Amino acid sequence: MGNAAIAKGAVAAGVRFAAGYPGTPSTETLENVAKFSPPSGERGVHVEWSVNETAALEAAAGASYAGARSLVTMKQMGLNVASDPLMCLAYIGVKGGMVVMVADDPGPISSQTEQDTRRFASHAKIPCFDPSSVQEAYDMVRAAFELSEARGTPVFLRPTTRVCHAYSVVEVLDDEELPPPVAPEGFVKDSQRWVIFPGLSYRNHEKLVRRNEELSAELSDSPFNAVVAARGARFGRLGLVAGGISWALALDELDRRTETPRLFKVGTPYPFPEKAALAFLEGLDIVLCLEELDSVLEEELLKVVGKHHLPVKIIGRLTRTTRVNGENTVELVKAYLRDFLADGEVSCGTVEPPVPPPLPMRPPVLCAGCPHRASFYAVKQAMKGKKSLFCGDIGCYTLGNARPLDMVDTCLCMGAGIALAQGVWRVEPDTTCFAFVGDSTFFASALTGIVNAVYSGADLTVVVLDNSTTAMTGHQPHPGTGRTIRGDVAPRVSIEGILRGIGLATVETVDPLDLPAAVATVRRVAAEPGVKAIVFRSPCAVLAKPGPALRVDPDRCIGCGRCAKELGCPALSLRERPDSGRKLAVIDETQCNGCGLCAGLCPVGAIGKGEQQA
Amino acid sequence: MSIRNVILCGVGGQGTILASKLIAAAAMRKGWHVMSAETIGMAQRGGSVYSNLRFGDDPIHAPLIGRGEADLLIGFEPGETVRMLPWLKPDGQVVANTGAVMPTVALLAGQTYDGKTMCDYLRQAVAPGHLLLCDGDRCRRELGTARVLNVFLLGQAVRSGALGLTEADVAAVFPDLIKPRFLVLNQQSFELGR
Ligand code: SF4
Ligand code: SF4
Repeated sequence: MGNAAIAKGAVAAGVRFAAGYPGTPSTETLENVAKFSPPSGERGVHVEWSVNETAALEAAAGASYAGARSLVTMKQMGLNVASDPLMCLAYIGVKGGMVVMVADDPGPISSQTEQDTRRFASHAKIPCFDPSSVQEAYDMVRAAFELSEARGTPVFLRPTTRVCHAYSVVEVLDDEELPPPVAPEGFVKDSQRWVIFPGLSYRNHEKLVRRNEELSAELSDSPFNAVVAARGARFGRLGLVAGGISWALALDELDRRTETPRLFKVGTPYPFPEKAALAFLEGLDIVLCLEELDSVLEEELLKVVGKHHLPVKIIGRLTRTTRVNGENTVELVKAYLRDFLADGEVSCGTVEPPVPPPLPMRPPVLCAGCPHRASFYAVKQAMKGKKSLFCGDIGCYTLGNARPLDMVDTCLCMGAGIALAQGVWRVEPDTTCFAFVGDSTFFASALTGIVNAVYSGADLTVVVLDNSTTAMTGHQPHPGTGRTIRGDVAPRVSIEGILRGIGLATVETVDPLDLPAAVATVRRVAAEPGVKAIVFRSPCAVLAKPGPALRVDPDRCIGCGRCAKELGCPALSLRERPDSGRKLAVIDETQCNGCGLCAGLCPVGAIGKGEQQA
Repeated sequence: MSIRNVILCGVGGQGTILASKLIAAAAMRKGWHVMSAETIGMAQRGGSVYSNLRFGDDPIHAPLIGRGEADLLIGFEPGETVRMLPWLKPDGQVVANTGAVMPTVALLAGQTYDGKTMCDYLRQAVAPGHLLLCDGDRCRRELGTARVLNVFLLGQAVRSGALGLTEADVAAVFPDLIKPRFLVLNQQSFELGR
């Protein structure tokens, strides 16, 4: 996997400190650093899931100040969280090499935005590597550490989903080939260097600009940036530029042709390798840019063309020749090249199959037995008929938006729900406002929102959905779990303790699977004035040991469908009885986790434990 | 061997990723180039998922397979197989489970969804002799668990000949990727219906 290759490369480069916050598609990188490295010894690596991306970046910066090589991992949204320390760190610089791996998500497949970290790189003036394959990701992370340490700057590695989650055979260094471990020098006090002040920033600003100009020239000779001569004479005046997975897709397509245009692969979009670009543009009439997310390469080429008055036309996203959103698929790249080269060359005769019968939509759903379903259902029952607002957040529980639960009215970004609820309540004080937040998100970014709500005198209920894990990204531990990424015991931070410490008078904890108690708790707590909290505590169904599957007694079931229609549990369905045609609820025993929620809903008590019914 | 393109598709939770990893590991042991891409993330919670797998002697640059380019489509669920059918080559092979998974939303919207219609469509749309429909429910009936459906279908795919790997090639990598206590069960599933 690309993320594993990055981890392996970082360990080979002698990383000593690795921190991050889970986020698709970046998550597996840190997990693999833990797997590939010893916790102590001369090649020992401290690996941690930090409370959020800001904490990860700041901690890694500290390690780098002390001379250790450090790695920070996050998804593109996480970079927004970490941008405050990062923007400043660009000016201060680092001592031990520091690579910030930010995974971008064209599509987007699992994200709220299609933002482009290459853009962030030029904004922060931080060099950026953009791998086009799993092998290149491994090679680049090592080069990024070298560059970072040589130039004393953090460096971005920015793979996209199709690199992070791609698998391929990778050539890696053997253990004997690894450079000998270096003991970090330690922190050397120097307030002229480590304390940011306007004067220092003024001086360093110029240094950064100069350094990036030098890097642009240096990187023009890097093997990650390459100009490939045209094959044959037919497309001699055409050029193609690409980076990331788009480069790999273009190569697959060009391999089918005997004649190809001149190619320019950009592996370091920032600083843009201007010298190499000039060599590429020489004598061309028109250049097609293939990239995802933003039009970074296209704009850089336009700058070069403008600066040097070159008579070359640049086409891509800005000219609407290529799509401005979404991923570059095999089909799109094929079509772009066919149109650009006007050679009508199509690889396979695609025969579209006959029109298929209508296919059902299959959006993701909360698992069977998911405690979040029970929590949402309890709040929904308690608030029936009342004017209420349900602010959601980022995690599995965002899936509570779907029918039949329909319990997520808003979702913006990590931790935003609480202050959002506060704002709505100010304008509409007759609304009972709830803000749902997961346990991991609670620690990552909910605390400021809660303090703000308390301080501003708001009236709302914070609902912490504590399933004792970061489920959506694949079950990572967090400060409330008492475990580290390596599985060791860690101090456990109490959610209730924090809430009481902030000053909430009412903090109640309840098991959401105990439906009557959960509903009563919601009614009671929501009626209290001010900011109050409910902690719904029940482990994620994927991690908890499943109980025995429940069964529907066909003799008692009246086919009302209440269980299936109100809960939307994937294990529950309604079938027609073969004899009478009447409906019958059916539980798929391979999916049911035995949470028992549906049993409490059945008006005639037809659902019960398997063994009792049998 | 020239590049072989294989797509596995199904519903999140059906175990497509393990099946894809087993094929990739077996191909790697052959010394071939191997690339693959997986659906990881939100869709794994019961959404439509697929894996792209490419392997062979020729160089491969990207892990993705285009429409009309798959040599083999291994479908874990009939509707999902139909969804991915446009990715199959005109003379490509399909190995598909007949057991339908009802989407929760279809139930709520009062839609009916029927695996049989999907299978009928596959019979009509796939080139004659290139469709192998398998009764995946045999895993549950004969082995007592549906969780080995992935390896059952893998066995069927290997024996269809379209994978370019032998039973021995694939079975050899089981111990690397499957926990010892599940090994025998998976071997039984792999051989089911031989
Ligand atoms: S007990 Fe009912 S609600 Fe819970 S997982 Fe089983 S079928 Fe679903
Ligand atoms: S992974 Fe856990 S938290 Fe997420 S939907 Fe499934 S049971 Fe719920």
